[in-house]
Amino acid sequence: MQTPLSTSDAITVRNLRKTYRIREGGSWRGKTRDIVALDGISFSVPKGQIAGFIGPNGAGKSTAIKILSGILRPTSGEVQVNGLVPWTNRVAHVARIGVVFGQRTQLWWDLSVAEGLALLRDIYGVEPERFARNRARLADALDLGGIMDQSVRQLSLGQRMRAEIAASLIHDPEILILDEPTIGLDAPSKLAVRAFVDELCRDRGTTVLLTTHDMHDIEALAERVIVIGHGRILADSPFEDLRTTTLSERILELDFHDTPPELILPVGASETAREPHSLTITFDPHQIPAPALVAHIGHLPGLDDLRISRPSIDEIITRFYADHAA
Amino acid sequence: MTQSPSRTLSAPVLYRRMAGASIVAQLRYPGTFAIQAIGNFVTTLLGFFGIWSLFHRFGSIAGWDIGTVAVLYGLVNVAFSLAETLGRGFEVFGGEYVRTGSFDRLLLRPRSTLLLLLGHELRLRPIGRFLQGLFVLVAGLWLAPHVQWSAALVLPWAIAGGAAMFLGVLIGQAALCFITVEGLEVVNVLTYGGVEAGQYPLTMFGRWLRRFITFILPLAAVCYYPALFSLNHADPLGMPTWIGAFSPAAGFAFFGVMVLAWNRAVAGYVSSGS
Repeated sequence: MQTPLSTSDAITVRNLRKTYRIREGGSWRGKTRDIVALDGISFSVPKGQIAGFIGPNGAGKSTAIKILSGILRPTSGEVQVNGLVPWTNRVAHVARIGVVFGQRTQLWWDLSVAEGLALLRDIYGVEPERFARNRARLADALDLGGIMDQSVRQLSLGQRMRAEIAASLIHDPEILILDEPTIGLDAPSKLAVRAFVDELCRDRGTTVLLTTHDMHDIEALAERVIVIGHGRILADSPFEDLRTTTLSERILELDFHDTPPELILPVGASETAREPHSLTITFDPHQIPAPALVAHIGHLPGLDDLRISRPSIDEIITRFYADHAA
Repeated sequence: MTQSPSRTLSAPVLYRRMAGASIVAQLRYPGTFAIQAIGNFVTTLLGFFGIWSLFHRFGSIAGWDIGTVAVLYGLVNVAFSLAETLGRGFEVFGGEYVRTGSFDRLLLRPRSTLLLLLGHELRLRPIGRFLQGLFVLVAGLWLAPHVQWSAALVLPWAIAGGAAMFLGVLIGQAALCFITVEGLEVVNVLTYGGVEAGQYPLTMFGRWLRRFITFILPLAAVCYYPALFSLNHADPLGMPTWIGAFSPAAGFAFFGVMVLAWNRAVAGYVSSGS
């Protein structure tokens, strides 16, 4: 017998597996092949935490999100969200969670934001007084005042995303699942979304599971980061740990008009790629600050340009694959 | 921590709210709506003129008078227009929900998927077909000999059974979309084809088709037999006339079977993820 799943956790996942059966060639009579999307993942999220859930496309993120949302049944494993098993009672489960899919709308294109929210009130069965309170609070926090009476199809992406987030919270869910909430947004909208989610978690104790490709989202919000790849959890650590290890790394790219010269690099920097007209150097700013490194190589003959960047999530994951031999 | 919601609306109340919102959305462009509704009226009316001119020329065909045929025509069109009005969410299910992935969104809402899809739209446009069908039905009752008083009960009952049957077809079509995502033009044979077939007396068809629209798709049970009963017209194929008072129940049975199929299809979707 397994020990009962903890009750102080908002989300508990144990040995979760999901395999998809697909047909080769797409015909009805073709051979089938099993694809492992989740290969036995386990984690739990305590109440009130913002957990970042990151990984490249095809890593199993969406599958895990769908299972936690109650719209997909796993092949095996245990899950409890708010003490409920998502797929055994979909209706009871989804009444207590909020989900925002960045690329899909849950509002009605031909209705105004206000009409859409009212319809969600009826679908979720929110009492009128509580609805009025929540609506006023969300309209204020997400700055919806000016767009309440506009139909959803007329909204900009940023306005729509703010309306979407309001829509996902109108029934006071204890858990909010955000799937790429800032995708395609401009900088001010991203900041507004991040500030709101942060406040939501602090003031109301809402548990948030956030998937994103934007490292800044993770940096601004997540106390903890779960990295998933090839259907497995590659790392699960407080954000600070990630910051001081993998995330601290910077990349310096150098362009030359001739073959790049051989370099002697200071401690903490190393050459990671060499091409006919360019060099890539990876460095740890704790050991060698960027200005010092640039000063070190800035007067190289034939140097045209240089750029400093931070690795993308995809690059970090690639590194995780290498480090964890996944 | 806040409490979970405690004021769950009953399905009919929620349906009314969703239907109301969909009407607001449809009337947002009143000009488009008017043109579509009128177009719907005119195209279906043209269809009836085809039949009418046939009878006008030949008087009666194979023992069927224009009145009886008009009743059949009216019944099937009114029933189908009601199903079109209610079942729009199922009709567009493949294109608007499965292909785009927004069926997942629907599953995130704490109500039954059937109710949510019924609430997708209460479509006003089929009002053209509805009014035109009703007009032809009343005209048929005027023209047909031997109209029974019981028609006042049997015909609405037949319309309800027919609407249930056509709605069942639309639900079945939506369930098939989980397997083949494209709109399943094949099923239009049952919807539009059913409307066409229902306009004619059963004796006009060959044996195979007769069996199909009696036992597989209970079209005869919701149109032909109730019409014979209402008009006190003996069935040339030998079925007792009283059967028409009960046969519309088959439309509801068909609907029930399609709802079961739908629930199985949704369960399959949730476990396969595709």
